[in-house]
Amino acid sequence: MSELKKVSSNPHVRDRDTTARIMLTVVAALLPATFFGIFHFGLRAVFVVLISVAAAVLTELLFELLCKKKVTVRDFSAVVTGLLLGLNLPVSVPLWLPAIGSVFAILVVKMLFGGLGKNFMNPALAGRCFLLISFPALMTNFTYDAYAGATPLAQLKAGEAVNVMDMILGRTAGTIGETSMIAIVAGACILILTGIIDLKIPGSYLVSFTAFVALFAALSGRTVDGAYLSAQLAGGGLMLGAFFMATDYVTRPITVKGQYVFGIFLGFLTALFRIFGASAEGVSYAIILGNLLVPLIEKYTMPKCFGKGGERS
Amino acid sequence: MELLGIAVVCEGTSQAVSEAEPLRQKRPGAKRSGMEISMAKFTFRGGVHPYDGKELSKNKPMKAVLPKGDLVYPLSQHIGAPAQPIVKKGDPVLAGQKIAEANGFVSAPVYATVSGTVKAIEPRRVVTGDMVMSIVVENDLLYEEVAYPTPKPLEKMSREEILTAVREAGIVGMGGAGFPTHVKLSVKEPEKISYVIANCAECEPYLTSDYRRMIEEPEKLVGGLKVILQLFPNARGVLAVEDNKPDCIRTLNRLVQDEERISVASLKTKYPQGSERQLIYAVTGRAIHSAMLPADVGCIVDNVDTVVAVNQAVREGKPLMNRIVTVTGEAVKEPQNFIVRIGTNYHELIEEAGGFLVEPEKIVSGGPMMGFALFDLDVPTTKTASALLCLTKDEVSALEPSACINCGRCAQVCPGRVIPKLLAEYAEHHDLEQFVAHDGMECCECGCCSYICPAKRPLTQAIKSARKIVLAERKKK
Repeated sequence: MSELKKVSSNPHVRDRDTTARIMLTVVAALLPATFFGIFHFGLRAVFVVLISVAAAVLTELLFELLCKKKVTVRDFSAVVTGLLLGLNLPVSVPLWLPAIGSVFAILVVKMLFGGLGKNFMNPALAGRCFLLISFPALMTNFTYDAYAGATPLAQLKAGEAVNVMDMILGRTAGTIGETSMIAIVAGACILILTGIIDLKIPGSYLVSFTAFVALFAALSGRTVDGAYLSAQLAGGGLMLGAFFMATDYVTRPITVKGQYVFGIFLGFLTALFRIFGASAEGVSYAIILGNLLVPLIEKYTMPKCFGKGGERS
Repeated sequence: MELLGIAVVCEGTSQAVSEAEPLRQKRPGAKRSGMEISMAKFTFRGGVHPYDGKELSKNKPMKAVLPKGDLVYPLSQHIGAPAQPIVKKGDPVLAGQKIAEANGFVSAPVYATVSGTVKAIEPRRVVTGDMVMSIVVENDLLYEEVAYPTPKPLEKMSREEILTAVREAGIVGMGGAGFPTHVKLSVKEPEKISYVIANCAECEPYLTSDYRRMIEEPEKLVGGLKVILQLFPNARGVLAVEDNKPDCIRTLNRLVQDEERISVASLKTKYPQGSERQLIYAVTGRAIHSAMLPADVGCIVDNVDTVVAVNQAVREGKPLMNRIVTVTGEAVKEPQNFIVRIGTNYHELIEEAGGFLVEPEKIVSGGPMMGFALFDLDVPTTKTASALLCLTKDEVSALEPSACINCGRCAQVCPGRVIPKLLAEYAEHHDLEQFVAHDGMECCECGCCSYICPAKRPLTQAIKSARKIVLAERKKK
């Protein structure tokens, strides 16, 4: 026989799912929140989001071309980062701001650390925090529809009354993608039903957040009731953070136990920042701090293998 | 209906099995009423569901293939010391004649499967790609067979006599591992064995050889299980079948309905349900790790064809000479289940299956999850060859590995409950200390992690290589 056949190690078949398909599903899951943001904040939101996405993709492409690396933009991970960053910006930002944020997220946080899979914190959130620190005024200007809107969380912190129903629907001030709890949860359902995420992290995050926020609010002398807790849950970046950012594969623990620890830790930090911090928000910082602890969490939550007690978990 | 007739014939010495524990019950309310326990779903954590491809060959009855060319008998078709040739070049041999003797306890003899002349004793290529010392027999096309001595009836045979018959027959684990069966059966305290599990899962995609055996000759399977049960007075026999073979479950249930010691367990269809450790866990709830033997938790596991070979060796006095091989894949004209004489060249099997429909891009000995890719068909059928799979496309070389995104799917599907992504990283960095510390040696090389990886990373390959290095270094010490 003259022609030799192809050989390789087992297995000889592969599942059809790919990284690109996962990323595209995440994009699809973010569309309800994106469309609601556009509907709610107007056409300008389209530009903010598009510029953010385009800058993210271009940064990755140019970096890889300049460094003569394999071009990986077709895995759509940069699209996800850009989209998440765009959804985390107020609609009123100057249009160069999303571009700067995306360049920082992709270039500094992702590519300089080795590209996809090697970043030590969520690039979109790192980009947002970078902008928050560098341009605090621009990043906290939630003016829309000609009236200066305080976010419901800021109102809550100031002791004012908020309309919880408006917060669940999303008819409040805030960043483009964070206001509508319904749209975010609808998107999260896509991720859960397609098996891309499960409820371990969002579940433990939200439950522990509720517990800690009730505890801390009570400690600081507030009356804690159902309306207050609902407003805390529906307000700010919590839903977007819990379902779309805390669940980011690269920057969450891979161990099952570790995912619960991670979720609980995020809930603790978020409640701490929201109640005792200077700002009414706390999700972004909580998650990137949590990201830094992932190696440690993984180290202490390594599973037992089959036959040594791990067969049941 | 004839199945029922045969079932009644066998054995009258059924011992009490009161000491054996009941089968593990996954669902409350599932009854173990001797006859029907198929309602319970036996399974394990992890696993994958690849395209199963069994439709291609599952309805093709077993068909004997008469080899025409030379036959090649590798002296190492089993785990343990290679067999020692007892013939020399030029010697005439008959089918059923022993041509190589077991070399030590963990070894197995080899028998000629046709009549002819020993042409050479030389290294030949086998499915793994290695060159293995082999006896080559020139086939005289007469297929003359030795006369087999009539064995004692089973009831009169002692434990020692049964074990000797199994050892002399050259039987090894025919599911793929090739561990000499008599070694497996020679446990120190036979009364401590509480389960003898016939591995009828056949979880590898495309394979239908065990399925055909169960459909066409279930009485041989049950007969073999009874032989093994005779060695273990306190054991229950379990025929563990995946629930994608309801016809087998029905047939076997009917056959064992009057057997006090034998029952059928219906396993959830999932790869690798037939992996020894996972199978034991699914059926009994007992878990072993890589440093333990099934006997340590009171279990003996043997594959369908192995049990059938035991039946033939003990009841008919015939050595292991043939096995069922599924010749299949989209590239084969007529997928078939062949009864193949060991030593037959793979080329002949392809010819017998009508040749290729299209030129295959990849040929695999065994199933797609754990089989060996062949660069050339010129290798012999061995005791452990369950299938010859011809794929029109090679999915693996068409896909390019990309960066790991830490999605965790490999850990979710890993039946060994380790984190393949992490082990593969340690393997790639050659950090064998961490590799072992994170239970890298617990990997059973089933391939689930590579299969599921969305980044198409060759995780199994990396882990397998590291395991080989660790094992080799341990051997050196």
